[in-house]
Amino acid sequence: METFPIDKSELFERLGHQYTTEEFDRLCFDYGLELDEDTTAEVEAAIKKGLPAERPQLKIEVPANRYDLVCLEGIARALRAFLGKQDPPQYTLAYPPGGEKDLITVTVSKETQRVRPFFACAVLRNIKFTPMSYASFIDLQDKLHQNIGRRRSLVAIGTHDLDTLTPPFRYEARTPTNIAFAPLGRDTVHTAAELMQIYESDKHLSRYLHIIRDSDVYPIIYDSEDHVLSMPPIINSEHSKITLATKNVFIDTTATDDTKLQIVINMVASMFSEYCAEPFTIEPCKIVFPDGSTRISPDIAPRTVTARASYINSCTSLSLTPSAIQSLLTRMTLSPTISPNDPDALSSHFHARVDIIEDAAVAYGFNNLPDIFPQTSTVAQPLPISKLTDVIRNEWAMAGWVEALPFILCSHEENFSFMNRPDPGSLAVKIANPKTLEFQVVRTSLLPGLLKTIRENRSHALPMRVFELSDVVFKDTSRERQARNERHAGAVWCARSAGFEVVHGLLDRAMKMLEVPRIAKGDGKDVGYYIKEGDDPAYFPGRAATIYYRPPPSKTSKTGELVGELKALHIDQDRDIAIGTLGVLHPTVLEKFEITYPCSALEFNMEVFLKRS
Amino acid sequence: MAEQLQQLILDTLDAQLTLPDTRALKIPGQSGLASSHDAQITILGALNSLLSREAISSHVLTPEGVQIVREGSHEARVWAALPERGNAPLGVQDLKKSVGDEAAKVGQGRAFKSGWIAKEGNGFVKAVSNITDTTQIELREVESSGTLAAGEKALAELRKRKLIIQRKGQWFTVDKGANFSTSIAKPETDLTVDMLTSGSWKKSTFKKYNFDADGIPTSGGALHPILKVREEIRSIFLEMGFEEMPTGTFVESGFWCFDALFVPQLHPARELQDTFYLSDPSMSLPPPSDYYERVARVHEHGGYGSIGYRTPWSHEESHKLLLRTHTTASSAAMLYKLAAKCRGEDIDGDLYAKAQPGATNANDDGFRPAKLFSIDRVFRNETMDATHLAEFHQVEGVVADRNLTLADLIGFMRTFFLKMGMKNLRFKPAYNPYTEPSLEIFAWHPLLEKWVEIGNSGMFRPEMLAPMGFPPDVRVHGWGIGLERPTMIRYGINNIRTLVGHKTSIENVENSPAVMF
Repeated sequence: METFPIDKSELFERLGHQYTTEEFDRLCFDYGLELDEDTTAEVEAAIKKGLPAERPQLKIEVPANRYDLVCLEGIARALRAFLGKQDPPQYTLAYPPGGEKDLITVTVSKETQRVRPFFACAVLRNIKFTPMSYASFIDLQDKLHQNIGRRRSLVAIGTHDLDTLTPPFRYEARTPTNIAFAPLGRDTVHTAAELMQIYESDKHLSRYLHIIRDSDVYPIIYDSEDHVLSMPPIINSEHSKITLATKNVFIDTTATDDTKLQIVINMVASMFSEYCAEPFTIEPCKIVFPDGSTRISPDIAPRTVTARASYINSCTSLSLTPSAIQSLLTRMTLSPTISPNDPDALSSHFHARVDIIEDAAVAYGFNNLPDIFPQTSTVAQPLPISKLTDVIRNEWAMAGWVEALPFILCSHEENFSFMNRPDPGSLAVKIANPKTLEFQVVRTSLLPGLLKTIRENRSHALPMRVFELSDVVFKDTSRERQARNERHAGAVWCARSAGFEVVHGLLDRAMKMLEVPRIAKGDGKDVGYYIKEGDDPAYFPGRAATIYYRPPPSKTSKTGELVGELKALHIDQDRDIAIGTLGVLHPTVLEKFEITYPCSALEFNMEVFLKRS
Repeated sequence: MAEQLQQLILDTLDAQLTLPDTRALKIPGQSGLASSHDAQITILGALNSLLSREAISSHVLTPEGVQIVREGSHEARVWAALPERGNAPLGVQDLKKSVGDEAAKVGQGRAFKSGWIAKEGNGFVKAVSNITDTTQIELREVESSGTLAAGEKALAELRKRKLIIQRKGQWFTVDKGANFSTSIAKPETDLTVDMLTSGSWKKSTFKKYNFDADGIPTSGGALHPILKVREEIRSIFLEMGFEEMPTGTFVESGFWCFDALFVPQLHPARELQDTFYLSDPSMSLPPPSDYYERVARVHEHGGYGSIGYRTPWSHEESHKLLLRTHTTASSAAMLYKLAAKCRGEDIDGDLYAKAQPGATNANDDGFRPAKLFSIDRVFRNETMDATHLAEFHQVEGVVADRNLTLADLIGFMRTFFLKMGMKNLRFKPAYNPYTEPSLEIFAWHPLLEKWVEIGNSGMFRPEMLAPMGFPPDVRVHGWGIGLERPTMIRYGINNIRTLVGHKTSIENVENSPAVMF
């Protein structure tokens, strides 16, 4: 979604109606645009105060796929058709008097394939610019450069005064020192190598230099007298620059993506063909590629898609006749034809059949569709892990603990060195491109987030009791996605004394609610949990424990597999698996998290408690 | 001592009928009258259960005022230092030496104004032979009585000269009340087990209960507000017969997060500035190969009634690992699984296989309708501000059935949002690479009095569903809303950072009201 300012009075004149802001807002909404702002009141206020003011503008948010709506000409054309005020324009290719042999030819050299392989172009004859349409023309190129052209990396556009040039043209690629011309805005000649230096400090152009800088050859377009047209995607030449007085416009487009290139050349040519002496005509050119093949550019031949009226009706709960659908689609500038042999089939040029459904539905009005409720009957089913998690969340909240919701991403040091835990390299998933150091890894423990929560709440009365039941992520090379989530339960107690027995009590409570009895190591009981002194460096020596769980004896192969998986991670002996830790946090950990009171912590894997059926 | 004091007050009242000035009391155990501020505070404590209170103010001297009482006003001291007329005048420097800089400066001006002194040559002499030092007299009066008989105007003048300052003081006037008694036996505050045992409750008088006071705070814990909203939305889905989807895959590949959804490989959402990519591990294992081929083909060359994107397919882009930018990645995996039987695959051990009665009809293509939902965390490479976080929660509903229509989708959403308390909805055509038609959902906000965008929805594209193996008449609806936004509206929160993350205040969590849409 991008927002574009459109001249209000010019647009309303083209629409043949002076809308109130509310009316126009509703029109935009129904068509799928959003009126962000009407600056009329602002402009009037400025005029009242005697301040300089621009003409009132409508700021309109346009969906990302509608490159045809980013200029006044396009929006006016689309809305006129939508309102039924005008049939959609039919664009035609106007050949020169001598036909195809008189077409302007552009020869593409082999070297261009190494840097910017695709080329397309078009000519607009006998155009008459007004200051407003001229500005709109320049503006459209700018917008296409930014969005579909992906800041000129995919597609770049150059426009030229054809009368200053002598066709045929050549699209070549040469070494930077073998290119020399006076660029737009300068009357001195520079080599391409020099220009790259000069534009290094240009706020606007410096952003595009990287696209070709490292290539051994740079793209360059010449006419038959070796006048440079442009050095895409950086700059046009001063020689061929267009002005308000330009009559015949040559448009060149170069690209690294052929599909987007064709969209862009069609967009620029069709939008501004409106201003040609014969509106909506475009003079094509002939492009000769290095392999000798030729192409007539631009290719505006409609791409035909056939959709059935019955299909459109079945997707919308409507029962419209083919001709009713035809008129709906005409309002969306599709101009479909109904097949004479198969009256249910509508043909139009578009992406896919579903796009036609959407257009029919938009023209009909989403908000006018029948008010129905689907019959689909299914049985509700919560996820077992969510149920299990909620049981413990509720029990711990009832036990007086407060739920925290820290971020899942954290810094590497918070996850490892702050916790006195070394990074074995095989544990945490690491982020390649974080914008801040806060988000370097996906956490492998809930404790850093809880400790940060304690740190940020130092003004809260002691003791503080916080918990979280949520996911941590471990690397897992056996899986397609190379990682797996694991649901953990974690809690931190912060008070004037460390309180090992407090977090221990919280563990006991959870186990009691899950009907997991307290057992002892090696006591032969079927199922249960116990804690044993541990050596996790996050805890104070002698005040650290490991939590062990003895799952019910395996009955099915499925369970066996799962336990096996866990076995690979932590194993004590027999069936007993280490599922977590608890203890008094090490003073150095507290210091790293800037906590001045002693804390005890608890964390364990919840997933072992899922009921296996 | 408190009780003795109370008794003293009551006895004094009993004897005198009224106690006009509590400064006249002598607090038991203390020498002297209770004229000090502290003593009055003590008396206030004793009186607090009783009655009328009257506060007034009094004045005390500043250090400068005290000096004047002792040594006379500056002007008087200047006058006294000067010689009689006719004698050699005293120079300015000598005057300063004699009375000090400050007194010389201030006193000289005032003495002139009063006509007490006169200038002679380079010095001063007395102009009159005797004076009345009014300032000193007034200050003495203030010192002894705390005020001036001359009234507020004279006091104001002294205040302006910073010789006195106002000091709040209080004492009390005490009168007998309706239940006056010289006994200090307290009325009972609460019914106790002893009273029940002894039966004394029958004779006891009970103190009037203060119904305006707060109750004692409870000591329980609390659930996080945003997860309370999650719970409520989860209930709505369950009430409507939806099944919760597993979403335990924060790490996804470009394939599942984008390609499978027919998001073009060059889409801006896939750029580094919008999506968190992983450096370690960085590449996924290959997705199911047949499916992968079909997805690649529809992107590059089209199919299923579509022309595709006609852009070269990149295996690398598809295998890149990332943190999911939407839970629709999980929905895609779930839908792929749902279509397993349609692809003729055996789905042993799958929940669906059991939930669905076996295929008995020879024409059965294996498809079973499904209504699915999820609420879980997603990640975007955003710079955090008051309305944006790098991680937030997405709510997603998915319905798959034969011949679903756009009107069905709207019907579903109207029911869903009505349960969330949103009666007035309208839908705007929108663009989304994986749905067509796509609709943005707007709700009328009665307080803001405007339409507010609350979510996105649409019918998943055939380019996404057909490669999964769904029969052509199966259509799938999806809609998504954020969890943070309704929560912020529910709790009137403006800054999202106070809601999610470690900067959330524990106190806010403790005091967030329950959520009932």
